[in-house]
Amino acid sequence: MTFVDDYPDEARIVRYNLAVAFAALGIGGLFGMVQALHRTGVFRGVISSTDYYTLLTGHGVLLALVFTTFFLCALFTWGVTRSLGRGTVDYRFTQAWFWTMLAGSVLAAVAILGGLVAGIPTSADVLYTFYAPLQAHPLFYVGLALLVVGSWMAGLDWFRTYRAWRAENPDERIPLQTFMVLTTMLMWYLSSVGVAVEVLVFVLPWSLGLIPKVDPLLTRTLFWYFGHAVVYFWLLPAYFVWYTILPKLSGGRLFSDPLARVVFLLFLLLSTPVGFHHQYIDPGVPEGYKFLAMTNTMFLLLPSLLTAFTVVASMEHGARQRGGSGYLGWLRSLPWDSPAFVGATLAGLMFAAGGFSGMINAGMNINYLVHNTIWVPGHFHLTVGTAAALTFMAVTYWLFPQVSGKRLRHKSVALVQPYLWFLGMTLMSNAMHRAGLAGVPRRTAEPQYPDAGITFEGVVGGISEMRIQIAIGGTLLFVSLVLFLYVLVSTWLSSRTPTIDVSGALPDPLSGPSHSPAVLDNLRLWTAIAVLLVVLAYGVPLADMVMTDGLFGPGSVPFPE
Amino acid sequence: MEIHRYEKLWTAASLVIIVGFIATITYGTVVVGVAMVDDSGGTIDADSLNDHPEFGDPGVEATTTEDGEPAADAYVVARQYLFQPGTAEPITVPADTPVTFHVTSGDVTHGFSVVGTNVNTMVIPGQVAEITVEFSETGEYGLVCHEYCGAGHHDMAGSIEVVPRSEFFDDTEVNA
Repeated sequence: MTFVDDYPDEARIVRYNLAVAFAALGIGGLFGMVQALHRTGVFRGVISSTDYYTLLTGHGVLLALVFTTFFLCALFTWGVTRSLGRGTVDYRFTQAWFWTMLAGSVLAAVAILGGLVAGIPTSADVLYTFYAPLQAHPLFYVGLALLVVGSWMAGLDWFRTYRAWRAENPDERIPLQTFMVLTTMLMWYLSSVGVAVEVLVFVLPWSLGLIPKVDPLLTRTLFWYFGHAVVYFWLLPAYFVWYTILPKLSGGRLFSDPLARVVFLLFLLLSTPVGFHHQYIDPGVPEGYKFLAMTNTMFLLLPSLLTAFTVVASMEHGARQRGGSGYLGWLRSLPWDSPAFVGATLAGLMFAAGGFSGMINAGMNINYLVHNTIWVPGHFHLTVGTAAALTFMAVTYWLFPQVSGKRLRHKSVALVQPYLWFLGMTLMSNAMHRAGLAGVPRRTAEPQYPDAGITFEGVVGGISEMRIQIAIGGTLLFVSLVLFLYVLVSTWLSSRTPTIDVSGALPDPLSGPSHSPAVLDNLRLWTAIAVLLVVLAYGVPLADMVMTDGLFGPGSVPFPE
Repeated sequence: MEIHRYEKLWTAASLVIIVGFIATITYGTVVVGVAMVDDSGGTIDADSLNDHPEFGDPGVEATTTEDGEPAADAYVVARQYLFQPGTAEPITVPADTPVTFHVTSGDVTHGFSVVGTNVNTMVIPGQVAEITVEFSETGEYGLVCHEYCGAGHHDMAGSIEVVPRSEFFDDTEVNA
């Protein structure tokens, strides 16, 4: 029996979420290619430099928020259902969160894309960070709020399902996949409070004209309270795949269940009290808070370094089960002809590179060199843009047959796709990093400055070579994305096959949960510690900002007026 | 809880790296003296910069440090889509002298980044960013806004002219 036969309702919701996620990926990815060609000056015939920022806002919102959130909801609904062996408690509620999120996404997208059409009175050229006092149409903020509220409801759905399972299984350890879902969502509740307050208390009423001014520093601090944890909201579904599915795809089993739990708890504790590292060079924030955020950020490297060990060890175990031997010779025995394995593994490899540039970003004083240069998007196209996005595409090759009952079509195309993504991202990201070191700014339609006569000097290589690599890389990434969508849509439109050639059964870890202390499963305790750390990191700074000149001061009126 | 020997070694090595990173950054902060932009510039009313004693007529002034050494204060206002001074005329500062940039915004959030240097700060309305640096080489440096600030963001740029110390202090009255 496949998942779709056992849980037809849950499988349907998983498919709906996948459909929205990958529609957003297709549109956002197209925008990305247009931007790569535009800002490098290779081809500027699609949009004006003014509309560049509309597309950039769409790229950020559709990929970083819509694609990631819907994919997470698909994966986690599958994971909770599969690992608990029961459906969600209330299917109407499950539908409610999906439609809430979809309505929010559509509103936000309409508000943004209205900026491209002269007759539509909405615009939201504020990028996905929407720093006040730049102001978007109120629909933009309403849409984002609905997307976040819908994700909160989804989390509630999984918690309710878990509680129902717990009532039936009072003495069992929380299954690993459900443990990962619950800790990720606890992290999400704790961190998204920041953006919820920012939107509901400040920028939404301000965009409706109910309050005249907001404080740009306070609102951006609330954004970054949320803005680093959201990174882990994108990445933890990829970790979920690397820990629980990739070992099986490698032909083996997870090395250590207890370590996986420790890693997710560390993310719950440390994802939020680090947000000031995005504000290292903000005026108005005392240096001590920045230093505290820096030390927390450095310790946040630990769970990712531990993950690298466990995932590679699990893969090596799998390779040796398949007959591999030698110190490195086992690498040859991995299933390099499996699209799901290849995609998830290449994504993990790129995440290692992204981790290294992340360590540099975290270095407080060296941040002067790279802050707001194109180095930073070079970094996060390795993390969210590959570690998360490529893992999501790869695991879909494995997951979609289970939730649809359809055999994957065009497997040879599916196999080429992750390699092509890897190649495109290697070209684009290395050039972005190097251009950033030369001082080329991010978030700009034309980083050439002919009127001001500014020249950027590359530390390694020349600027025109970097531009070409960014343009070619961005184009290859879009081609890879089209190949992925071709495989997925072809499979989707095909008819059900009598059997599928994948199984959702996951082997037990080498070291199971019984080897870990039960306190790891005490979610109340860990949540309390996480809240305490956030209060320590943010309590005084936020109180300071509010006490100095009130909730709304020093205030700014909206732009455009 | 059973932890494999290699896992223990790996974890220990990871912690050594983490503590090492924190140590190098602390060294940079405490010993080398790389100060972060902070709240020392204070707050300001972004809507009435014109009435401000310094930002009402921004520019570079000669001054002295606490030790009585020559120094310079550069007051710069960022607005959609220019630096004042910086865009229409260069910001002229002396070489080999502590130069403190005081930068604020009259409208939205901007960036202040001097190409090829570590001079880089956010410019947030309501806040004054203060950053003190010394240029060792004379010549013209590019200045760009590196935070998206509206439809003309990519045109927001300017320059900084670093002149020999003697030339600067001859030209500028010391404002002691």
